[in-house]
Amino acid sequence: MSINKDTVKYTAALGRIELSEKEIEHFTGQLDKILDYVHKLKKVDVSKLEPTSHVLEMKNVYREDKVKPSLPVDDVMKNAPAREKNLFKVGKIIE
Amino acid sequence: MRRLPRLVAYASTQVNKLTMELNKLSAHELIGLLNKGDISHLDICNSIIDSVDKKDKSLNAVVNFDRDKVLERAKAQKGLPVFIKDNICVKDELTTCSSNILKGFRPPYNATVIEKLLKANAVLMGKTNMDEFAFGSSTETSCYGTTKNPWDLTRIPGGSSGGSAACVAADSAIWALGSDTGGSVRQPAGLCGVVGLKPTYGRVSRYGLIAFASSLDQIGTLTKDTEDAAILLKMISGHDPMDSTSVDRPVPDYAKLIKKDIKGLKLGIPKEYFIEGMDKEIKQSVLDAIKKLESLGAVCENISLPHTEYAVAVYYLVATAEASSNLARFDGVQYGLRASQVKGVIDMHKKTRGEGFGDEAKRRILLGTFALSSGYYDAYYLRALKVRTLIKKDFEDAFKKYDAIITPTSPTPAFKIGEKTQDPLTMYLCDIFTISANLAGIPGVSVPCGFTKSNLPVGLQILGKAFDEETILRIAYNYEQATDWHKKRLIF
Repeated sequence: MSINKDTVKYTAALGRIELSEKEIEHFTGQLDKILDYVHKLKKVDVSKLEPTSHVLEMKNVYREDKVKPSLPVDDVMKNAPAREKNLFKVGKIIE
Repeated sequence: MRRLPRLVAYASTQVNKLTMELNKLSAHELIGLLNKGDISHLDICNSIIDSVDKKDKSLNAVVNFDRDKVLERAKAQKGLPVFIKDNICVKDELTTCSSNILKGFRPPYNATVIEKLLKANAVLMGKTNMDEFAFGSSTETSCYGTTKNPWDLTRIPGGSSGGSAACVAADSAIWALGSDTGGSVRQPAGLCGVVGLKPTYGRVSRYGLIAFASSLDQIGTLTKDTEDAAILLKMISGHDPMDSTSVDRPVPDYAKLIKKDIKGLKLGIPKEYFIEGMDKEIKQSVLDAIKKLESLGAVCENISLPHTEYAVAVYYLVATAEASSNLARFDGVQYGLRASQVKGVIDMHKKTRGEGFGDEAKRRILLGTFALSSGYYDAYYLRALKVRTLIKKDFEDAFKKYDAIITPTSPTPAFKIGEKTQDPLTMYLCDIFTISANLAGIPGVSVPCGFTKSNLPVGLQILGKAFDEETILRIAYNYEQATDWHKKRLIF
C-alpha cells in the first residue's frame, strides 16, 4: 500500500476539496495503483542529478519598472460571484 | 498539393456551387482563392457554419458557437475562420476549460495568440470541446460530454484538444488552436487523421492560456496539412513581454522553408517507441513511412532514448504537481462557481471545489498535492524532476547526431468511448509516445501516415531540436507530397 484513506483525506484537506466517502474510497484505490506505477522511478540513481524544473536556459527576466494602464476595475470584477464596491465579497474569515 | 488550378478555374465559373464545399479546402488553398477574388471570406464562414450546423449534433466538438455573432465579427475581420480550444481566453466570450467550476466565465482580456490572430484578420468562430482543464487523452472528462471521432462515432477523438481535432477532421473547421501539455495536440491529431503541431516551449506565448502545467504547456495548431501548420505557426509565434517564458528569437517564414527537400537529413528511430503490445497495424504504417522518408533521401538509423520508460511516471508527478498549484486559483472568490450553503471561507473553498471539479481534475489535484506535500516531496516530486533531467539529456545526445526523431504518435488507434475511463493508469499510458517532448521542451508534429483495416487514422510523430520547427515541418511536408494520407476525407 502506497497510500491509505487517511492520507487521501489529509491530502484533500490540503488541496481544499470536499470529497464524499465514496470518492475517498475510489480515489484511494486508484491513487495507490498510480503511485505503485511511479515507484519505478526508485530504480534510477538520482544522487548526482540536478532537477529540471524548467527547460529553458533563462534566469531572471526583467522589465522596466514603468506604470502601464491596467484593466478597468469593472471588467475585472464582472465575473465575481459576490462583490461589494470594488472588493470581492466572501464570508467571515475570523470567527 | 491538391489540384489548385482546377479549383480556381471551377470557382471562377461556378462560385455558388463551390462555396458549399469551401469548408473542405485547406487554408493555403483558400488564401489563394481569396487573393484572386474568386470567393469572399463570408463564403468560407458560411460553409463552416453550415458544416457545424449539420455535423456537430453528432460530433459534439464545439462548445460555444453563435452563428449571428460569427457573422457580426466577419463584418470587421476579413480573413479565415478559426476555432479556439476552450482553455484559451477570448475577451467577453465564454472560456470554461470544459469545467463546471468555470461555467459562465468571460475573460476580461484576450490571450496573446488571439490578439495575433485578430491582427491577421481571422474570424473567431467559437470554442472547441476538451478534456476538463486539458486533463485527459480522450475528451471524455469534459463537462459538456464526450466529443466523437468523426471516423467512427463510437470512438474517442483523442484529447485533450479532441474538439479542435474532430472539427478539422470533419471539415467543420479550416484550422484550430489547441494546447499540448503531454500530447494534447499531437495525439488527437493522430487519432483524427489531421496535422497537429506542438511548438517548442517558449515559441508561442502562453499569456491567456489557462494554465495546467506551466513548465510543459504550449499552444499548438490543428490543421489539414503541413503547409497550413507552417502558416498558422508563424501567425501565433513570437516573443511576448506578457509571458516571461516566451523566447525572443526571430520567427522564420516556415511556409517557404519547409518546401526544401530532405536529402541527406539524418533521422533517428528510437527502439523504445516500438514496444511490445503496440498495435501491429500502427507499427507497420510507421515502418512504411520510414521507408518512404528513406526513398526521399533521408538517412534513417536506429537509436536509443534509454530513459523513455520513465517518461509517463515523471510526467504524472510533475504535471499533477504543477496542476495542483495552478488550480488553487479556482476557490470561488474571484470568478467561476461559488458553492452556496457554506460555513465560513474554508468551507466555501472546499465545497466549491468539490462541486465544481470533475473526477479527473480531483484525482490530479490529489496526486499533485500528495507529491508536493511535506514528507513526500523528495521521494516523488523532486525525484521526478531529477529523472526529467535524464529524459531531456537523451534528446540532447540524440540531436548531436540526428536532425529529427521519427516515432508513432500513439500506441493504438482511437479506442471506444468508455473503454478506458474506469482505469486512469491505462488512460495515462496513451500518452507514452508524446509526453517526453513536453518534458524536454522540444517541438513535435503528428502527420497522417495510414489507416487501419477498420479505417481509423494512424499518426506519424516527428520530433525536433528546440526551436527547429522548420526541420520537422519540412520532413512532414516532403512526406505529405509523396503520400495521399492527409487528403483522405470523410463522407460525412
